[in-house]
Amino acid sequence: MSLSLLKSVTAAAVMRNLQGPILEIAGLRKDYGDIEAVRGLDLTLHFGEIFGLLGPNGAGKTSTINMITGLVKPTSGSISLKGIDCIAHVKRIQGDIGVVPDESNLYDELSGFDNLVFCASLYGMRKAVREQRATELLETFSLSDTGKRPFKAYSKGMKRKLTIAAAIMHQPPVLFLDEPTTGIDVESARQIRLLIKSLNRKGTTIMLTTHYLEEAQRLCGRIAFIARGRIVKTGTVDELLGGLRSDHLLHLTVGGQADQLAAMLHQHHPSLRCTEKGTHVVEISSDSPVELHPITAFLSGHGFPVYEARRVEPTLEDVFIAVTGINAGELESREKGGRKR
Amino acid sequence: MNQWIAFWNILKKDMRNYYLKPPNISWGIIFPVAWTLMFFLRSREPLDIRALLPGIMSMSVLFGTTSMLAVTITFERRGRSFERLLLAPVSINLLMAAKTSGAVIFGTFNAGVPLILSLLWTDLTGVQWTVLIPAAVLIAVTSTFLGLFIAVSVSEVFEAQTFSNFFRFPMLFLCGLFIPIADLPWFLRPLSYVIPLTYGADMLKEAVNGNGVLPVQLSLGMLVLFASALFILSIRNVKRSWIG
Repeated sequence: MSLSLLKSVTAAAVMRNLQGPILEIAGLRKDYGDIEAVRGLDLTLHFGEIFGLLGPNGAGKTSTINMITGLVKPTSGSISLKGIDCIAHVKRIQGDIGVVPDESNLYDELSGFDNLVFCASLYGMRKAVREQRATELLETFSLSDTGKRPFKAYSKGMKRKLTIAAAIMHQPPVLFLDEPTTGIDVESARQIRLLIKSLNRKGTTIMLTTHYLEEAQRLCGRIAFIARGRIVKTGTVDELLGGLRSDHLLHLTVGGQADQLAAMLHQHHPSLRCTEKGTHVVEISSDSPVELHPITAFLSGHGFPVYEARRVEPTLEDVFIAVTGINAGELESREKGGRKR
Repeated sequence: MNQWIAFWNILKKDMRNYYLKPPNISWGIIFPVAWTLMFFLRSREPLDIRALLPGIMSMSVLFGTTSMLAVTITFERRGRSFERLLLAPVSINLLMAAKTSGAVIFGTFNAGVPLILSLLWTDLTGVQWTVLIPAAVLIAVTSTFLGLFIAVSVSEVFEAQTFSNFFRFPMLFLCGLFIPIADLPWFLRPLSYVIPLTYGADMLKEAVNGNGVLPVQLSLGMLVLFASALFILSIRNVKRSWIG
């Protein structure tokens, strides 16, 4: 075989390997007594992708991650990471994964630096190597100045960043992030999103759960919606949005209560789907182009001026509502409610 | 080798974070002194430190280790930092061995404090050190595993303390330290022999004063048996309760 052919064959094999599955889940179930937390979940993660698992609180996101990472034993089903059975050989795969839980789980008394060094020691890294890696990561995460401060003195955003750093100390090829930006300030969240992207560019396969649909849209190549323990839809952002792109979507800013006006409009124009989008914003969607004049005339005729009409593109939120029947506001309040428990 | 790096660092972190904290060191010193003073105050005759030593040593180890391990593990589980250990590629057996080693060392130190203090007041000539040291270590091991057993059964720190006392006080009165087993009501006597402290305390009595009732080999064997059984039982419970 010529050298150039060998090179191209090798490159093709590498590409196939990169695009192939790294994590395969089939028929995964978890019951807690009478409660079915996860009900027959099937999922595949490909090498080098950022995969989003989206769903409301109690949908089964954290249970799924806990089963993959070995914190919880599945009731039935199979999970394999890089071809290794994660259920039978959990300790063999744990060296290849990093986990960032929904709440920071480092040691309050230890400094940021010591936390990182300790976490790396759990993966058998030698002292000099782990100290060097901790220094590098503190710098990458802009935490060098606070490296000697105890973890309990960190702000929420800093805690989150250090928890991510701790999860990647051993340079795992797969990283699981459970709600990485929940409850932190805007700037820290932005920094974390940039870090996630940067890690992915360096080859880390990432699976993240979030209830921020916009965040998932920005970060993830593929997304799965999970509701009541089952995956209800999976696809790339384009594939998911594709189904709704044929819709004609308008937002009208009106001088009246949007919920009442939406009902009035739908009654008068039954072909239009009208919903409240804000206190004074009515969303109108239709399979065919929407003629504006009759709508504005109707509303103005009833004493409700129309201030603005804007064509909008469908978002993941619209897809989420369409497939789960749960609206984003409800999703967020469920998440907050869940966290208080 | 990699696993041992993890083992050593877990042990080192626990020693630094929990056992070598000033309140715990002072507990290790104050507890045996307080017990000795209590016996001194209630005694109408001159106090025989040497006679008291096995009891004080046993109690110091029992109270120190059961509390510390149950509390620290429950505390780490509440703060979810224990999850980080469960997520590491370290076998559960080695992980729990690392977590318990700190408490065993702390317990052995607790046993050493009354011993060192008693050297100030009494002559310890004739003490069988080859019996005393294994006895102190094995009491620490069994008490630690008892603490682990408690830690698996509770979810709150205060529960760990309450549940510990549920075991500790009956053990103290049944192990023959205060009331000879032969003087216990007949229906309580069998219970004495299913308590590891009975064998540990008897070994200490034999080592310090030569008045143990049971053969040393039997006590040693029973303590090893209790330690193994409690460890296996705790690991099984850890796998069932924490990785359920």
